[in-house]
Amino acid sequence: MMEIETARRPVAILAENAVVTFVLALFFLTFPALGPARSAVDIQEVRSEGGITAWLVEDYTVPIVALKFAFEGGSTQDPQGKEGISNLMTGLFDEGAGELDADAFQLELDDAGAEMGFDAGRDTISGGMRTLAETREEAFGLLKLALTRPRFDQAPIDRIRAQLVAGIQARARDPETAARIAFAEAVYGDHPYARRSEGTPETLATITSNDLRALHSRLFARDNLIVGVVGAIDAETLKSELDRIFGDLPARADLMRVADVDPKLGHNVSVAYPLAQTSLLLAYRGIARDDPEFFPALLMTHVLGGGAFSSRLFEEVREKRGLAYSVGASLSNSRHANSLIIGTATDPVRADQVLDVIRETVAKMASEGPTEAELDAAKRYLLGSYAINNLDSSGAIANTLVGLQFEKLGLDYIERRPALIQGVTREQAAAQARRLLSEEPAVLMIGPGRPGDN
Amino acid sequence: MPFRDITEHLRLVLAVSAMTLFTALAHAGNGATSFMLENGLQVVVIPDRRAPVVTHMVWYKVGSADEEPGRSGIAHFLEHLMFKGTRKYAAGEFSAAVAAIGGNDNAFTSSDYTAYYQQVSPDALPVMMDFEADRMRGLILTEEVVAPERDVVIEERRARVENSPGSLLAEEVEATLFQNHPYRIPVIGWMHEIAKLDREHALEFYDLHYAPDNAILVVAGDVAPDEIRTMAEATYGKVPRGPRRPQRIRPQEPRQDTARTVTMSDPRVGVPSLQRSWVVPSYASAEPGEAEALDLLAEILGGGIRSRLYQQLVVKGGVAASAGAGYRAAALDDTSFSVFAAPRGGNDLATVEDAVEAEIAKLAEEGVSDDELRRAKNRFLRSTIFARDNQTGMARIYGSLLSTGLSIADIESWPERVRAVTAADISDAARRFLPADTHVTGYLLPQGTVDQ
Repeated sequence: MMEIETARRPVAILAENAVVTFVLALFFLTFPALGPARSAVDIQEVRSEGGITAWLVEDYTVPIVALKFAFEGGSTQDPQGKEGISNLMTGLFDEGAGELDADAFQLELDDAGAEMGFDAGRDTISGGMRTLAETREEAFGLLKLALTRPRFDQAPIDRIRAQLVAGIQARARDPETAARIAFAEAVYGDHPYARRSEGTPETLATITSNDLRALHSRLFARDNLIVGVVGAIDAETLKSELDRIFGDLPARADLMRVADVDPKLGHNVSVAYPLAQTSLLLAYRGIARDDPEFFPALLMTHVLGGGAFSSRLFEEVREKRGLAYSVGASLSNSRHANSLIIGTATDPVRADQVLDVIRETVAKMASEGPTEAELDAAKRYLLGSYAINNLDSSGAIANTLVGLQFEKLGLDYIERRPALIQGVTREQAAAQARRLLSEEPAVLMIGPGRPGDN
Repeated sequence: MPFRDITEHLRLVLAVSAMTLFTALAHAGNGATSFMLENGLQVVVIPDRRAPVVTHMVWYKVGSADEEPGRSGIAHFLEHLMFKGTRKYAAGEFSAAVAAIGGNDNAFTSSDYTAYYQQVSPDALPVMMDFEADRMRGLILTEEVVAPERDVVIEERRARVENSPGSLLAEEVEATLFQNHPYRIPVIGWMHEIAKLDREHALEFYDLHYAPDNAILVVAGDVAPDEIRTMAEATYGKVPRGPRRPQRIRPQEPRQDTARTVTMSDPRVGVPSLQRSWVVPSYASAEPGEAEALDLLAEILGGGIRSRLYQQLVVKGGVAASAGAGYRAAALDDTSFSVFAAPRGGNDLATVEDAVEAEIAKLAEEGVSDDELRRAKNRFLRSTIFARDNQTGMARIYGSLLSTGLSIADIESWPERVRAVTAADISDAARRFLPADTHVTGYLLPQGTVDQ
């Protein structure tokens, strides 16, 4: 009934910057875009006495402080046979730390009026805290405790593990999950990106509190830490808070090396299942975030299937033919792999037609590139969208500060960005269309089997 | 993401409870102001000058519960068709103008309201108002745009509902819970009725309901109220009032006397789960104090990891992997209160169900502690400060509450009304509104499982 709001179109955001990879691999990756046109954001770089760096945006409009952080090295650091351990660990930080057991810790956190969260991505373990300014000291004290002295008591381990196993079992018969796993394996082979970051019931069962402690001491250090802070706090206060919160962490992380990987393209994975719709996912070659041609590729992708109502795929698949509710293309950038993803879902009997329309639209883009007018519109979109997508809350700004540092884009990126976009020529964008879209993609189809399918 | 297990699904469905809908209501501190144009359009301005961004929303006081019988889905279908052009602007021109400046636009429909919004830089606001005021009465629809858009909506229903056992079950639980009120009908509509919706139905619905005297304009962000008044008068102010429309008096629920179950078995379900729902008053339909008590009851019983259901079933008893409660606070008429749980490990659903029932009974009989009540109130009250950090969230909170029958004064006084709730009010609410023998329970089961 009334709770299910149903919208004109799904919210899709451009993937200009992979910020911190929170989400499982390939599926309709959408990340907030970065790069404001006319931001009022004044970023300070703060370095504590203990040598911890953070980016800060001071703002006293609302009496709160948002702190976000990321530790490089996420679920790709899970030891073989212990898949899912990073994910399990992030469920345990509010389950007891220091002298406080789970109960005591949660009650103190509640009294401090703070919200704390952790998340394991493939490339980072990230987290954050949002607190009222007046209770900041108590709240940050608890964050320090959680980060530096987590207890990993047996009872919470067993409980959180049971929840994760229940979640895995709940999805075990979900064809979309099965397809996602099959696709990741097909595209990434034996690279850690092909592994299941949530683990399996079997791998989770082997994890002990000692394993968790070992991983914690490997991953939570000062040299792989990124911090972004927004709100009612000044630089001097933040400096001492940085040392207080993070100062007791070891100086260096001990990370396993993870290789870069080119997604394997040019093959099909199909999962037959009697569903109401067929889901289609096409993976093409992507482009690294630090590639000089990143912006031409980004603009081209936006013209092809970006967030606005006006993309070529939206026009061809939805507006002209009514074949799907959502269709889009986006760049997906992780630390070690890049791709360009197109996704949609349609009536099973029309799946082949949709695939043909997508292929034709892609082929046309690959051979001709975008028009001047399309490129212009995409530029104006990317210039204007920055503040809207990145600066409309303290948490969003703090995430942006972490993302900018993760991608090593520099303090002045926000000022440089408009010129980077404005300078892209049609020829550059067309060259990226040829480069990324000429190859046969990897295609995933999940839906009712068709005659002739094996 | 389109696929979630039932627990996550229910959590999502229930998450938009009072905490999120009412979080912003320290109104005085928000600096929000409100005024009325001569043509009856209510305007609410919520200044937030931190970033050069503004959220512009128009809320129509019409939703799926205002549809004629047999035309389910017309409110939502019309929402899609509102992007198909007017006498003044061609189809897609509005969205293209938004995209051209990097803005976001979208729209959404619920049982009680339909809303359209753009997020843009403040200098684009007059243009946004011009477009939005224009399509308030100026929509033009041709058969060529209506037919493919109906297919889009059919695909949307497949994607949202038919593809997800949890969504299908939720839909049928609502249809069972509400025996007379149109809340029983899904917002997106039943498939066989969507397939028959046409241009005439859409225009008829539009002509009747879309007008300044049936709408609320909410502007949040980097703006000042006096400039908004000038802009709004120059655009929306020129739109004439609509026709006389019937009052929003929907068929009300009869007294409910039975316990009913809805069971769905599906091969895609890996872990069973249950939800139980009751018909309860909403903020708009409640007697003074009832809704605030229900709100705090949902928080204490099942709001997050410190709640009774979570602590007793998940942490201490270990019978459940998840458990919680939710209260759908913003609704024009009587609404729903729900609890949900899923078993952990080898426990069966009946064990979990017994444990849920025991917690509700205990709360109703023994009441809540002063400490529990104090903590729940504090969480509500500080959420009003956190909410001010997000301008779109604030616009949505005001829009959804004002379009479901509340006033600005109601919003302003919410914190003090929450403070006034006593422990006895909470246990009274549990006894009165969550009876042990009258409710609807939905079971989501892996295929092959024996019915409960």
